[in-house]
Amino acid sequence: MSKVIERDGVQYEVIWEKPKGLKEKQMHYCPGCAHSTLEKLIMEVIGEKGLTENTIGVSPVGCSVFAYDYMDIDMQQAAHGRAAAVATGISRVFPDKLVFTIQGDGDLAAIGTAETIHACNRGENIVIFFVNNAIYGMTGGQMAPTTLEGQITSSSPHGRDVKLAGHPIKISELVAQLPGTCFVTRVAVNTPQNVKKTKAAIEKAFNNALDKKGTSLVELVGNCPSGWKMTPVNSYIWWEKNMIPMYPLGVIKDVDNN
Amino acid sequence: MGEIHLMKGNEALAEASIRAGLDAYFGYPITPQSEILEYFSRELPKKGIAFVQAESEVASINMVYGAAGCGKRVMTSTSSPGFSLMMEGVSYIACAELPCVLVNVQRGGPGLGTIQPSQGDYFQAVKGGGHGDYHMIVLAPNSVQEMADMPSIGFELAEKYRIPVLILADGALGQMMEKVEFKEYPKKNIEQNWATVGKPEKRDANVITSLFIESEVMEQVNIKLQKKYEQITEEVEDCELYHADDAEVFIVAYGISSRLAKKAVDLSREKGVRAGLIRPKILWPFPTKVIQKYATQAKGFISLEMSAGQMIEDVKLSLDGSVKSKHYGRMGGMIPAPEDILKEIESML
Ligand SMILES: Cc1ncc(C[n+]2csc(CCOP(=O)(O)OP(=O)(O)O)c2C)c(N)n1
Ligand code: SF4
Ligand SMILES: [Mg+2]
Repeated sequence: MSKVIERDGVQYEVIWEKPKGLKEKQMHYCPGCAHSTLEKLIMEVIGEKGLTENTIGVSPVGCSVFAYDYMDIDMQQAAHGRAAAVATGISRVFPDKLVFTIQGDGDLAAIGTAETIHACNRGENIVIFFVNNAIYGMTGGQMAPTTLEGQITSSSPHGRDVKLAGHPIKISELVAQLPGTCFVTRVAVNTPQNVKKTKAAIEKAFNNALDKKGTSLVELVGNCPSGWKMTPVNSYIWWEKNMIPMYPLGVIKDVDNN
Repeated sequence: MGEIHLMKGNEALAEASIRAGLDAYFGYPITPQSEILEYFSRELPKKGIAFVQAESEVASINMVYGAAGCGKRVMTSTSSPGFSLMMEGVSYIACAELPCVLVNVQRGGPGLGTIQPSQGDYFQAVKGGGHGDYHMIVLAPNSVQEMADMPSIGFELAEKYRIPVLILADGALGQMMEKVEFKEYPKKNIEQNWATVGKPEKRDANVITSLFIESEVMEQVNIKLQKKYEQITEEVEDCELYHADDAEVFIVAYGISSRLAKKAVDLSREKGVRAGLIRPKILWPFPTKVIQKYATQAKGFISLEMSAGQMIEDVKLSLDGSVKSKHYGRMGGMIPAPEDILKEIESML
């Protein structure tokens, strides 16, 4: 039986509640942005699994820099690209805690590539949430390493020319090669079904860390209506039509099923 | 009395850090400090203390950030080019007020330079180096014994003031072997209720950050930091004096060059020239009051450094034009000879 609440004499069926682990602060994310869904889901899982006291999160430089303003857990804010190194430092002195990062594509796949690859290669017992929106959202929509071929951004005004700027980098496939990773998956939050799958992936990744299985990387193929210069609705269409075919959803590596 | 060993400076520093309660070390190889990393790689895993050979100094300093943010005793060590790579992280650490001990076993620069000892990173150490208005407390050992004493002193200061502490050594101190006595070091006794350790239900979440996006708030953060730096300037000072009482020419020197300075003072005393030495054991805050005290009796000051002349600026600021002063030194890993220093002393009379 689902929960029912009453307001002003009207009965409502509760289909979603704000997770307890979120602070009373309005999120700054643009309407329709995938970042906010991810953070809510992470806190839902932490709350449901009773992990608040056992978790330390790391926020990046990028639009999710203020994750600590929303997530009611102990958190550290890392320099641009260095979240995996910061998480390594935390996890090595607190091997029994759940340590995770949230990072954008500029943060993780450009300036922080070395830290990301080497944390994965050492098999650090952490969870990396990688929000791939194919753009530098925070700085106003410049080209990212994950920007699609031909995609127009504020620093690729004629579309990404792969001869000059290289091809979109597929980090998940890269780190899946490394023995240190135990779970690499790609998810999205553009449909209710995908939101559910994302939540399941978060749960799985957290379980891996609690069981000390190594590094889990959950790539959220996201959107950025502001950076893409689209309405939220149009960004959802573009997301499905262009982003997901380039970055196909699904499990890329899972040591439990090998 | 503690145990007496014959050891390299780098190894003495590493061993003493373990005895001072080190919880984690992160580092990357570079001459002439690699023995620190190697010593820890051998000893820390045996003791269950965290050790990571990082992929770069950028990664090391950010691992330090993470572990120091958990309230642990954390250290990294490097040499000059590696310390340049750490500057962004140090600026973050200073703003987030994370206690930690950093070690720079200086070599000659600029650029890839030379692996020979140098003191060319003074500005970077005491004036900032990274972006923004911040300071580290900077300790300057001049013997293998002090390489061993300073990690503990560093952790105590770092925790008391919530500030990064830099041990500014050089290749000579790192590589040479001397007698060293390990002492009993005080254990951490400061409560770190700001650290990220996992949030219990009844307290607010702890956040380690250096981001304060509103100017009004960021200005207050800066004011708070500056007040702390003022307090440290009032409270922290450590100098060794040598023949200072009746000296008329003073050498100001730290680290390995202070040992050459001592020799030069002895040579001049033999010739009847009253030279003396002021050796800052702490470079930031700079011992301005000590310099000013002796300025009243001095004919001149020489800042002896293995650089083009960096500390001389702080000597001049302290003297404020009251007494003449000049720099003397060698660069690129060359070591000044006591006889040449003697000539400089005589030129001040
Ligand atoms: C060392 C450094 N270089 C550059 C920046 C500027 N900067 C801030 S966020 C950002 C890119 C963020 O893009 P991404 O990681 O994709 O995150 P998003 O905002 O898209 O989620 C950049 C380049 C910085 N803060 N620090
Ligand atoms: S700029 Fe883009 S990534 Fe950032 S909050 Fe807005 S939509 Fe989201
Ligand atoms: Mg992005």
